[in-house]
Parts: sequence; C-alpha cells; structure tokens
Amino acid sequence: MNALLARDLKLALRAGGGFGLGLAFFLIVTVLVPLGVGPQSALLGTIAPGILWLGALLACLLSLDRLLALDWEDGTLDLLATAPLPLEAAVSIKALAHWITTGLPLVLAAPVLGILLNLPAPGYFWMVVSLALGTPALSVIGTFGAALTVGLKRGGLLLSLLVLPLYVPTLIFGAEVARRGAAGMDIATPALMLAGITAATIALLPFASAAVLRVNLR
Amino acid sequence: MSLWEYANPKKFLTTSERVMPYVWAVSLTCLLVGVVWGFFFTPDDYKQGSTVKIIYLHVPAALMAINAWLMMLVASLIWLIRRHHVSALAARAAAPVGGVLTLIALVTGAIWGQPMWGTWWEWDPRLTSFLILFLFYLGYIALWEAIEDPDTAADLTSMLCLVGSVFALLSRYAVNFWNQGLHQGASVMRVGAITGSDTSEKVSNVFFYPLLTCIVGFVLLFVALVLYRTGTEIRARRIKALLARERIAS
Repeated sequence: MNALLARDLKLALRAGGGFGLGLAFFLIVTVLVPLGVGPQSALLGTIAPGILWLGALLACLLSLDRLLALDWEDGTLDLLATAPLPLEAAVSIKALAHWITTGLPLVLAAPVLGILLNLPAPGYFWMVVSLALGTPALSVIGTFGAALTVGLKRGGLLLSLLVLPLYVPTLIFGAEVARRGAAGMDIATPALMLAGITAATIALLPFASAAVLRVNLR
Repeated sequence: MSLWEYANPKKFLTTSERVMPYVWAVSLTCLLVGVVWGFFFTPDDYKQGSTVKIIYLHVPAALMAINAWLMMLVASLIWLIRRHHVSALAARAAAPVGGVLTLIALVTGAIWGQPMWGTWWEWDPRLTSFLILFLFYLGYIALWEAIEDPDTAADLTSMLCLVGSVFALLSRYAVNFWNQGLHQGASVMRVGAITGSDTSEKVSNVFFYPLLTCIVGFVLLFVALVLYRTGTEIRARRIKALLARERIAS
C-alpha cells in the first residue's frame, strides 16, 4: 500500500502529473471572481466562503479524469486488480493520493486567497477547518465518478455531470460551516454533518468504486 | 406461479401487451376526467383564484417523479442481485419518463409561483432538491447512452442509481438547512389528516377528489409508459441480436 501511495505521489509530482494544475485553477477562479462581480469589499467578504468552496470543488473536479485514466490506459489497473492487495484498498489509496496532491494544497492555499477576497477575520480558521474536513469526501466521491467513466473514450464531460450532483451535500455543509464561521455564528451542526459525510464516504464509497472498477475491467 | 416468471422477456412481453390497453385506457380516462373536473367544475380558491388549478398537474407529476426514481432503485437492485435483463431495461425505460415528470413539476411550479410568490424561482429546499433530482436523472440517462456494452451499462448505471439515491436523500436534508422556505408542507396526503388527529390545513375535499383522480391517472400513465418503453427496449435488443447472428452467418 505504501509503495502504491509513493508511486502515485511521485507520478503526480513529476512528469507533468498536474500537481500544480488544481492549485493554479483555484487561484485563477478566485482572481476572476472580483473581476466579474466588481471590487466592492463588503460584497466580496460575504460571498468569499462560497467562492472559495466552489473554487476548491471545481479544482478537485478538474483533476479527476487523470485519477484513473492513465493507469487504465497502460494496464496498471489490470495488474492492481489481480494483485494480492484488495481493489478496495487500491482505490482508497488512489483517493488518498488525489487528496494529498489536490485537496491538501487547496486547504493550505485557501487562507491566502481569502485575503484576496476580503474574508472576515474570524472566517480564516473555519475556512481551513471546513476545507480540511470536506475535501477528502470530494476526493473519494470523485474516485467513484472516475471509476464509473474510466472505460469511456471521452468521459470528461460525463464525469462532471455525474459527480457534480454527488458533490451537493458536501458543498452545502462545507460552505455553511465557512459562512457561519465568517459571520461568527455557531458552526457545530453543519460541521458535524460535514464530518459525518466525509467519514461515511471514506468508509463506504471505496467498495462501490471497486465494484464499478471490476465491472469496467471485465 | 412466482413473480420472477415475468423476468422472462417473452412472458413479460405477452403479459404486458395484454395488460397495457387497459392501463392506457384507465389512465387516460382518469387524466381526462380529473383535469376537466379540476379545471372547469371546481370553484376558484378565494385567495389564489384560478391559479390553484395547476395543482392537478403539479402534485401528481412531483409525486411520480420521486416514485419513478424509487422504481429505478428497486429495478437496479433486482438487476444487481438476480441479474434479470428485463429489470435493467425497465430501469432504463423509466429514467426519461421520470426526468420529464421532474421537469413538469418544476415548470408548473414556476408558472404557479410567478403570480403567487412573485418569483419564478426561489432557492427553497423543495425546489432545490427537485432541481438536484433532475440533474441525477440527466446523469443517469447520459451514462446509459455513453456505454456501448449493454451489460456493463446496466451494471454501472445500477451502481450509480444506488449511490445516487443516498446522495439525493442527503441533499434533500442538506438543503433544509438554509431556511424553512416558501413551499408549503404536505397538505394532501397526511396520515394525521386521514385519521382525524391532525386538523390543521388540508386541501378541501372539493379539490381533493379531482386531484386524486389525476394522481391515479399519472400513476397508471407512468406504468403504461414504462411497460411500453421496456417492450421497445427488449425488441431493440432482439433486433440487435438477430442482426449480429446474420452477420456471423453470412
């Protein structure tokens, strides 16, 4: 498992694996929003949590189609399916590698981009917490979507269509935590729901992803 | 005589063809009677005027939009567990019908909402969750269309339906988080209202009976459409098999 994780991370970091791509996309989205809605700082401050969450979600989505597609093309997935390591574990590792290369940088970059959007001061902490809690769910759900569409020639657009509705609950609760945090309100309920969604998806979805992948490898 | 006999495509086709004319007839009669009754022979509501009459299309469509997804969920489970092809095809046949019903519910709701709420659209929990349900239908249909191998497509869409159901439910509760919303609560079929323990707002009987007729009409219309479309899917697959056999023979 460690070897697989190390391999995926190495592939993502070197050889143009798109490590910085999600981050750069996140940056561009946040920079474009003030250009689109105008530079009034009060308005930007109120929509900042939502924009940051949306940017993180889209950046995650952007990198999903290379999550399994490259391994599918060169046959690595076939080897993984026949390896002693259960496919469920392999899929979980893939999701973890995706989170480390996409989700984690987004979590770390969010406060910096929050400054650009004039995020209110109490919002920074909860922004980071909500993203740290929510982005693992995005990676795991995205892995399921990638496993569904891995056998398709041009699955990129279909992947977005399938995954975006699945992202809805995570987005709602995540943005709610960030918004309430920025407004100085009580965040306990949405934060617990968000953590619950993340825990449940990590526990259950790899089984669905592996089942779907087996169908595709048939 | 077990239920699983109808998993045989031939048996399914003959039975459904025998049943279908009656289902069509009863459904269309109910719809015609219900809509005419509702539109022309019920009084206007004292506050909402004649706009209230859109209820005869809106409520049954919304009801069946959710039930269609439930039916797809059951059919997908049957396919995953017992691998009856008719079941997978029925789920496939139901998806566009369900999607259109969702759209009808959304559009009639918007048409009613414009004069009553003063807005075509509001990010109300019920409205939002229906829009999300519509997106789920779109994704499901698109996945069916995208995959060539029928068995792989059936497997993958079934899994999507299972996972999607969980997330659709989650979304339904997640959107409740924002506010109570503009949309009224259930006022047509409540257990409390029927048993008499709950005497709060309920649709008056004047409106209720034509509405019930319309609901029966919509349920049967859905059944008829799904039977018809499943039959078409079965025949389409047979033709494909025949063509493949001929190509091998020649």
